[in-house]
Amino acid sequence: MSYMVPPGLYAIGTPAADDPVLVTANYKMSYDIIRQSLTGRNVWLLVLETYGINVWCAAGKGTFGTGELVRRIESSRLAEVISHRRLLLPILGAPGVSAHEVSRRSGFSVSYATIRAADLPEYLDNGKVTTPAMRELTFTFYERLVLIPVELVQALKPVALIGGVLLMLVALLGDTASGVAAFCAFFGAVLAGIVLGPLLLPWLPGPSFALKGAAIGLFWFGFFYLLAGGDSWSRPVTLAIFLAIPAVSAFFTLNFTGCSTYTSRSGVKKEMRIALPVMGGVLLICAVLLLAQRLL
Amino acid sequence: MKGFRYLKEVSTLQLDQAACVGCGRCLEVCPHQVFSLAEKKASIRDRDACMECGACALNCPVRAITVDAGVGCATGLINEWLQERKLRAPGGNCCS
Repeated sequence: MSYMVPPGLYAIGTPAADDPVLVTANYKMSYDIIRQSLTGRNVWLLVLETYGINVWCAAGKGTFGTGELVRRIESSRLAEVISHRRLLLPILGAPGVSAHEVSRRSGFSVSYATIRAADLPEYLDNGKVTTPAMRELTFTFYERLVLIPVELVQALKPVALIGGVLLMLVALLGDTASGVAAFCAFFGAVLAGIVLGPLLLPWLPGPSFALKGAAIGLFWFGFFYLLAGGDSWSRPVTLAIFLAIPAVSAFFTLNFTGCSTYTSRSGVKKEMRIALPVMGGVLLICAVLLLAQRLL
Repeated sequence: MKGFRYLKEVSTLQLDQAACVGCGRCLEVCPHQVFSLAEKKASIRDRDACMECGACALNCPVRAITVDAGVGCATGLINEWLQERKLRAPGGNCCS
């Protein structure tokens, strides 16, 4: 299945030479959403080659960028089609496009219009004025929810592998029932970190994603303790599970920084420098606890 | 951003006010309202809200803004570190 639209100049409605020109990526969904939100209007749509990637991610990589925009202006002969020299870009395209550089190289001026395509009708009716709300990013429950399936699919392979190894190891050292229980504990910790962590993001404690993940992991530990009859576990086993589950959940919620709309590179670096050694250390302690329990 | 705050005092965002010409482009491109403009000079009003996307630096016509922009996801950073230590072949990233 292809998610790409051929790059080039498109018309929505029957635009004239003085109608506005919007710029977007050739990700089919971006293209469709813009067309949908501008139904009944006459505007030009200049689609850049971003290889089917959305505006924000493509801007981060530089494919939605100054060079591609200037090239596309030329190859589409935009200057011959329209009478004005103003382009309207999505605000989230700005990390890839240098407005003054575009202007210098092509003669077209760049205005950053809105973040969301849904605000475009109001922007155009407004005399092309961006209101504060139009330039403010959000990260609503629904916006977080729709990201989770992709995260789950991406995690599936490594999780299945690690879970399988864990199941076999524990089954070999102990018995099959313990192996299955260990797998369930691990799998639940993964789900807590990937699904619950992001969904409950604003309500989990602290600014750190790793801590938020650890918190939701603790919640899963409590649930698992009740579910699997934790009062019959030995102390070392209880301690090992108590430590391991939050560490696993923390890792997966920390990974959600890649999907979030407000975490910075420096912040994620700082978190990882602290969190990864702690997670590694915790898992090592767990292994020692479980082995000691078995051998002593 | 309403309802969300990330780690404090980590952003590498810097603004050279002496070089600023007050065009307001940084306010236009920032999705987190980090900048404010008064008397033809921009200033950083909320550095901790910065997500280091780099839009302001790239769009500043006088290069008054610097920021260490780039991939901010855990998987991407792990891959970067592995590549720096030559433990992983270059290319390949978290987001395609």
